[in-house]
Amino acid sequence: MTSTTIDDAPFIEPSTRERRNYINDEYGVLSWLLTKDHKRIALLYLFSVTTFFIVGGLFAFLMRLELLTPEGDMFTSDTYNKFFTLHGIVMIFFFLIPAIPAVMGNFILPIMLGAKDLAFPKLNLLSWYVYMVGGIFGVVVIITGGVDTGWTFYTPFSTQYSNTKVFATTLGAFITGFSSILTGLNFLVTIHRMRAPGLTWYRLPLFVWSIYATSVVILLATPVLAITLVLLMVERVLQVGIFDPALGGDPVLYQHMFWFYSHPAVYIMILPGMAVISECVAAFTRKRIFGYKFVAYSSLAIAFLGFLVWAHHMFVAGISVYAALVFSFLTMLVAVPSAIKVFNWTSTMYKASVSWQTPMLYVLGFIGLFTIGGVTGLFLGALGVDVHVHDSYFVVAHFHYIMVGGTIMAYMAGLHYWWPKITGRMYSEWWGRLSALLVFVGFNLTFFPQFLVGYVGMPRRYHAYAPEFQVLNVLSTAGATVLAVGYLLPMLYLSYSWKFGRKAGANPWGAVGLEWATTSPPPKENFHDTPTVTWEAYDYPAFLKAMKETQNV
Amino acid sequence: MSDVTLHPSAEHAAEPHGHGHHHPFLQHHFEDMGQQHEASTLGMWFFVAQEILFFGGIFCAYFIYRSMYPEAWAAGSKLQHWQVGAANTIVLIGSSLTMALAVWGAQGARRKFTTLMLVLTLILGGIFVGVKGYEYAEHIHHGQFPGSMFTFVHPDNPQLSNGIELFMTFYFTMTGLHALHMVIGAGLLLYFIRRAWRGDFGPEYYSPIEIMGLYWHFVDIVWIFLFPLLYLV
Amino acid sequence: MAHQPDHETYTGHSAPHHQAPLGMYFAVFAALMILTVLTVWVSRIDLGHGMNTLVAMSIAIVKALVVILWFMHVIHSPRLTWIVVISSFLWLAVMFVLFYSDYLTRAWNIY
Repeated sequence: MTSTTIDDAPFIEPSTRERRNYINDEYGVLSWLLTKDHKRIALLYLFSVTTFFIVGGLFAFLMRLELLTPEGDMFTSDTYNKFFTLHGIVMIFFFLIPAIPAVMGNFILPIMLGAKDLAFPKLNLLSWYVYMVGGIFGVVVIITGGVDTGWTFYTPFSTQYSNTKVFATTLGAFITGFSSILTGLNFLVTIHRMRAPGLTWYRLPLFVWSIYATSVVILLATPVLAITLVLLMVERVLQVGIFDPALGGDPVLYQHMFWFYSHPAVYIMILPGMAVISECVAAFTRKRIFGYKFVAYSSLAIAFLGFLVWAHHMFVAGISVYAALVFSFLTMLVAVPSAIKVFNWTSTMYKASVSWQTPMLYVLGFIGLFTIGGVTGLFLGALGVDVHVHDSYFVVAHFHYIMVGGTIMAYMAGLHYWWPKITGRMYSEWWGRLSALLVFVGFNLTFFPQFLVGYVGMPRRYHAYAPEFQVLNVLSTAGATVLAVGYLLPMLYLSYSWKFGRKAGANPWGAVGLEWATTSPPPKENFHDTPTVTWEAYDYPAFLKAMKETQNV
Repeated sequence: MSDVTLHPSAEHAAEPHGHGHHHPFLQHHFEDMGQQHEASTLGMWFFVAQEILFFGGIFCAYFIYRSMYPEAWAAGSKLQHWQVGAANTIVLIGSSLTMALAVWGAQGARRKFTTLMLVLTLILGGIFVGVKGYEYAEHIHHGQFPGSMFTFVHPDNPQLSNGIELFMTFYFTMTGLHALHMVIGAGLLLYFIRRAWRGDFGPEYYSPIEIMGLYWHFVDIVWIFLFPLLYLV
Repeated sequence: MAHQPDHETYTGHSAPHHQAPLGMYFAVFAALMILTVLTVWVSRIDLGHGMNTLVAMSIAIVKALVVILWFMHVIHSPRLTWIVVISSFLWLAVMFVLFYSDYLTRAWNIY
């Protein structure tokens, strides 16, 4: 009696009735641009965020190229300022924030709930258009000369001194914010009101809990960014002094308002990543997630605690020492629910028969890198250490470990995990594993040297640096090249598999969950009959037992 | 056989669409009108929640500057005509009343009453925005619009002018955002007046009017705070 | 308060028809008018030491509560609506408290 591996999972040939799916249901460009189907909208998002990911990656590449040598010999410092600003803005507002919720959340969430669609399909399409309008502002800014304020738009530089396209950029970010608010609102209502009969809260997959927590953060944090950017635009257009100390304003107030959104925004980026990881860990260990309720509630705890810590970005900005002390303490608290998640995922893997498929490789990468990113976050949250390493490459390395090592790893895991469901085809496992390995190696080679170089004092946001930092910077640039290959490969083999890949069948991983109960690709209405749920999430013991019985027949 | 990959106990609802009739305004992805109603009102409440944080942010900034520059704030508030503000408050609360009555009418399928109430809401809202525009024109005429047009100098204490400009910036931004919400609301009202007159609404289907009401009342609440904060410092 | 309990899962039922008596709306309107007059009247009297602001804000909060509870029908709404309303104000409170935790303690720095 060997344990069942995924390769033994039965593949199901779709019957004739199931041949019609959401992709071949209608044809023509307009049928995509005017669709109200959450699955098609997810694909629209997939193409848009991938485009922005390439654009943002290009800026990163140009920066790494400049940093090969200590002298600022390739670009002027003004150009370099624009590069890191645009890299940050494109990656955060146009890739990381919409990536997992708008692509995977849109596609999978309603199916996981056994619903036909999101609660407001038209609003969902509107979100995509709003996102694209914001994106067009971003593209126009890039073409017409860029912006150099850093993605944080700190005042009074952004309002009084910068002569780049600050207004258009902030307007673009403002508009894109509405897109994520509408998406979050849609998800919240869907989770509350569209669950299938019998699907109680504790039967929900952990993906849904995390997306729920994300949506709460989106809904309550993003409007504060919106009002902050409105004030910024008012100040820039009228040349008044809302945040300009010369005219009686307080620049620290801008930073407070900005980070009231932008720190929770970090959780908007990482919580969906955690959502994907929970699903993949369960599927590839074929076990129930250890401590389901702890993982579920830790998402909500992160969502709430994430709102209480923002001023740790401002320890050296002139805030009150007493407030800084409180914020430093609160920052330590956020580590608790994050650690609960990491411990529970590892406990789930303990003594499990783990299958090392591509998504699982990304998951392991995520757990390791997210832990490093999280622990260095605690260093930075500690008041004394932050004063030393603030605005150094240590910070840059830390948040890339969370956002690239965390969110993008999870994004890749999810993309590979649900790819057979989305397209109905399998990608090449060999190429998948290779690129997962390249991403892991390339990532660490890029960003681990930045911890070191930052700790010994290299400041961020400069295009020239002291010669003694060169070795580590060259390593970092070399790593970035490997990382780029690791990201380009999936674009190739995934696109290839869409046309030429092996047919996947309904449940290629042998996973449980409503999304694997429907055909791949799913029909337009997701399920031919509305399912009734009578089981817990991740009910692998019962599933494996049933599978063995059918094989013995 | 094929059910095995799903789940051993997977069951399918025998008759997902076992309802006797379909309401013409029932969207295909909802099971029945009750679910649709609950979803749309909940959606509007979430929208109101984000609006609370949106306006909350500027209120927070307002309070911080007010505690920094109390004299300038008091002087800036004296530039407003509280009588006009109070009259406008009464107009706006009146429009909230007619809006609430419109919801009541829609629940009872009172077609003409609902339409009349919506029209009254629109008229009152229009009066409010019109008065606001008159106030704006007055301020601009007296050089109280912040920025390069700001020529106002406080007669007794010229040092306050900078603070007063900050106050006027908040005044214009806050009331401007509020007025923008009113204008959007007026556009929605026009659409719903047409639908109400057509007789779309009744006890089974009145959620559009109800969520319109939620929006309108929220805008009213913002003004309830703005009035004392800007006119009566 | 929970006229309609939040369902564990959606079980299907018809739309809730809570129709308040017409007189209620006029009573609410009258209350709001009285409170508006009160705000203006109080602002004419100098209570000193920021008390005017406190009173004005308290009246505004009462008015907002009246609008939320009766005009917006929260008083007859499911528990979930209460949760949404309360948590959005809770978040706003978090914002005010933590912003002021900085601004009110800045003057404490005595070096």
